[in-house]
Amino acid sequence: MDTKEKIIGKSFLIIALSSISALALIAIFIFAEGLPLIWKIGPKAFLFGERWIPSKGEFGILPMIIGSFWVTLGALLLGIPLGMACAIFLSELAPPVVGTVLRPAIQLLAAIPSVIYGFWGLVVLVPLVRNYLGGPGLSILSGSIILGFMILPTIISISEDSLRALPSSFKAGGLALGATHWQTIWRVLIPAARSGIVASIILGMGRAMGETMAMIMILGNAVKMPSSFLDSARTLTTNIGIEMGYASGDHRQALFATGVILFFIIMILNSSAIILSRRRMG
Amino acid sequence: MRIDRTRYLTQGIAKILIWSATLFTIGVMILILFQILSDGLPVLRLHFFTESPRSMGREGGIFSTIIGTVALTFVAILFATPLGVGTAIFLREYTRETKVSRLIRFGTDCLAGVPSIIFGLFGFVFFVIYLNMGWSILSGGLTLAVMILPTIICTSEEAIKAIPYSYREVSYSLGGTKWQTVTRAVLPHSLPGIFTGVILGVGRSIGETAAVILTAGSSLVMPTSFFSPIRTMAVHFYILAREGISMEMAYGTGAALILLVLFVNIIANWLLNRYIRKKG
Repeated sequence: MDTKEKIIGKSFLIIALSSISALALIAIFIFAEGLPLIWKIGPKAFLFGERWIPSKGEFGILPMIIGSFWVTLGALLLGIPLGMACAIFLSELAPPVVGTVLRPAIQLLAAIPSVIYGFWGLVVLVPLVRNYLGGPGLSILSGSIILGFMILPTIISISEDSLRALPSSFKAGGLALGATHWQTIWRVLIPAARSGIVASIILGMGRAMGETMAMIMILGNAVKMPSSFLDSARTLTTNIGIEMGYASGDHRQALFATGVILFFIIMILNSSAIILSRRRMG
Repeated sequence: MRIDRTRYLTQGIAKILIWSATLFTIGVMILILFQILSDGLPVLRLHFFTESPRSMGREGGIFSTIIGTVALTFVAILFATPLGVGTAIFLREYTRETKVSRLIRFGTDCLAGVPSIIFGLFGFVFFVIYLNMGWSILSGGLTLAVMILPTIICTSEEAIKAIPYSYREVSYSLGGTKWQTVTRAVLPHSLPGIFTGVILGVGRSIGETAAVILTAGSSLVMPTSFFSPIRTMAVHFYILAREGISMEMAYGTGAALILLVLFVNIIANWLLNRYIRKKG
């Protein structure tokens, strides 16, 4: 009996380890495919090169790195205020009935496929931007707006959780000192839930960095250094998504190398968010 | 007195801003869904679901892409469920807070944040090329399985965590072994929660595009085996819209996709609520 139990315990350990070995496999295979090209053309030329001309063997991804950061920045400019407002609304202001309807609705937003957001951006937002603000319409601005909405569920649910996790004495103390409800929210609750809120923003940033299909449809995909929010742009993800279908040889390796950089950025963002939210628990 | 009035004024303004931001968010979301559904629903006739796409999707329906979506999701769930639930059982029942369990949790959290295009790259180089499965249902399904694993692990762990310790004590006091306790006292009661996680995984698989297009291909030919390449509804929708093949068909496919995802998520939510009410 005892040996049987031991075997079962070990089998579960093996299952659990094989689950996370997926992460290791992903890293190994993408690095093995991408790193050789980075060494071949030199990390500096790859990261800071401004020209991406696969047919001539020129692989510089600086425009895509800049593109990714612009789009993410734009998404955060929209997503943070809206997300924080919704999180405060749900945790402090919403009548209970409204909360029970709204919370699943926001979860649903996360479930809508990204191609749907991309399509809506393409048929509604892009013409609006083109007609009223000029430029090609397929632009960083359009992409940022759509992404801003796509990262809302992440920001809202984690921020709301961390606001709710605060002991009720925090709020009671604030109110007892004569502060208004809003002063209590702004000066006591939000600072106290800070690490969870920051974690939610970082995770939202990760989602924005990683979004592919919607961005392919909206950003216009031009390989050049963006100079305004109305310019079309290409991100790290869309670079892979667009060209992977037909790339081969060095070109394909360069796309995997783009994936390596993306993987790095995402892992740094993710681990800092995880560490931040752990600290809140502990 | 004057100070008092300003702070109530500030509070009033802040609350109005928060209310309007929330209403704005919901408004935009409803607008997005409404826009696509209002143009797409008229396309959804019976033959749209029962006919396969003809001439690149300009005519016909979406039957073969429905088959593609179902097959891919089936493979993903088939592989991800045992792995995910097993991992959750290990974390909750077979270990304490150790270095190993912390590593597994950290790995799961990291995996949850990996962008789908990275899963696509991985699936392409590992399943399609290295394991020589080609663009196929199997490659796509396995890639999706890795992608939805964190969702299933997390929800299963929550479900198992919610089982009161007394259930286990009763089983042990009756002379049950650990295995018997897990399979007869813990798992049956956490099934609804686990099922919710699986359904959420189904929802993600249905909507995924980037990872699928790189691993399962985008062939419109009806699949004959698990090694055939296929096109899912989401990929079909993307190609119709991006290449401007047919806006009418794109709206129809988009509406079908939205309805399917809404349906799946409402089921998951309903299950979860019922489960929580029963526990409470």
